[in-house]
Amino acid sequence: MAATVNYADVQPGAELAAKSYPVTRLDLVKYAGASGDFNVIHWNERIARSVGLPDVIAHGMFTMAQAGRFASEWAGDPGAIVEFGVRFSSLVVVPDDDKGTTIEVSGTVEEKLDGNKVVLALVARSGGSKVLTRARAVVVLP
Amino acid sequence: MALNRDYIGRSFPPSEPYEVSRVKIADFADAIGDPSPLCRDRAAAQASGYPDVIAPPTFAIVITMANSSYAIMDQGLGLDYSMVVHGEQRFEHTRPLHAGDVVVAQSTITDIRDVGRNVMLTTRTEIKTTGGEQVCTALSALVERGGAG
Repeated sequence: MAATVNYADVQPGAELAAKSYPVTRLDLVKYAGASGDFNVIHWNERIARSVGLPDVIAHGMFTMAQAGRFASEWAGDPGAIVEFGVRFSSLVVVPDDDKGTTIEVSGTVEEKLDGNKVVLALVARSGGSKVLTRARAVVVLP
Repeated sequence: MALNRDYIGRSFPPSEPYEVSRVKIADFADAIGDPSPLCRDRAAAQASGYPDVIAPPTFAIVITMANSSYAIMDQGLGLDYSMVVHGEQRFEHTRPLHAGDVVVAQSTITDIRDVGRNVMLTTRTEIKTTGGEQVCTALSALVERGGAG
């Protein structure tokens, strides 16, 4: 384990500094290629609108990955995340401009468990809505 | 079209062995913006006790989807993929995936149920090495908008 946060130093209720991650159409194209998820609603505005969506939307897994990155950056080790679950509660709409949108991730240390594990409660917001709810990461610390 | 409830409990054949590569891990980490050197630098990963570079926690979806897509794309199931959004996702990692792992995934449809006007399809995918070592369990819920009935 290479996590840089020590279990003994973590207090329940501690808040993790929020971070803001930009999302553009290019990010979705890169994610489609890297993940193999080529669902058209993540890159084709014409088809996205034809199936009733407001515009192209981000892959849910892209949004989850941003929350994972947040937890991983906090712990200092992506391998420290042993359990990770989310519910996708709202769409991340990504307009076709240079600015795109942002996903803001924040978190709280919810609980300390035996075995040097801590539970992080995470929240992700985009476009004024919570886009992830019930987001929990269990992280093993040294 | 309503989803075929006969598919509840159906398991799909295991995937062909998938070899986790350093390049794929680095590409995935780049695509999600994870800056960790443990995903890119073998020496850094080894200094942290890993055999090779490790995958970010959501990388397992790449392997999961390669198998669960058999289920999703099965004509007999009747899923309209353009109407599908992701409802829930969960990973339970026994250990991180790392470069050099050769793994197989096997998916089971655990439930199909209506939620309001939509229908929710849940799958469980087990990822194991070809030697049988458990690495990850992935639980997914997909929502077909307007698919209830």
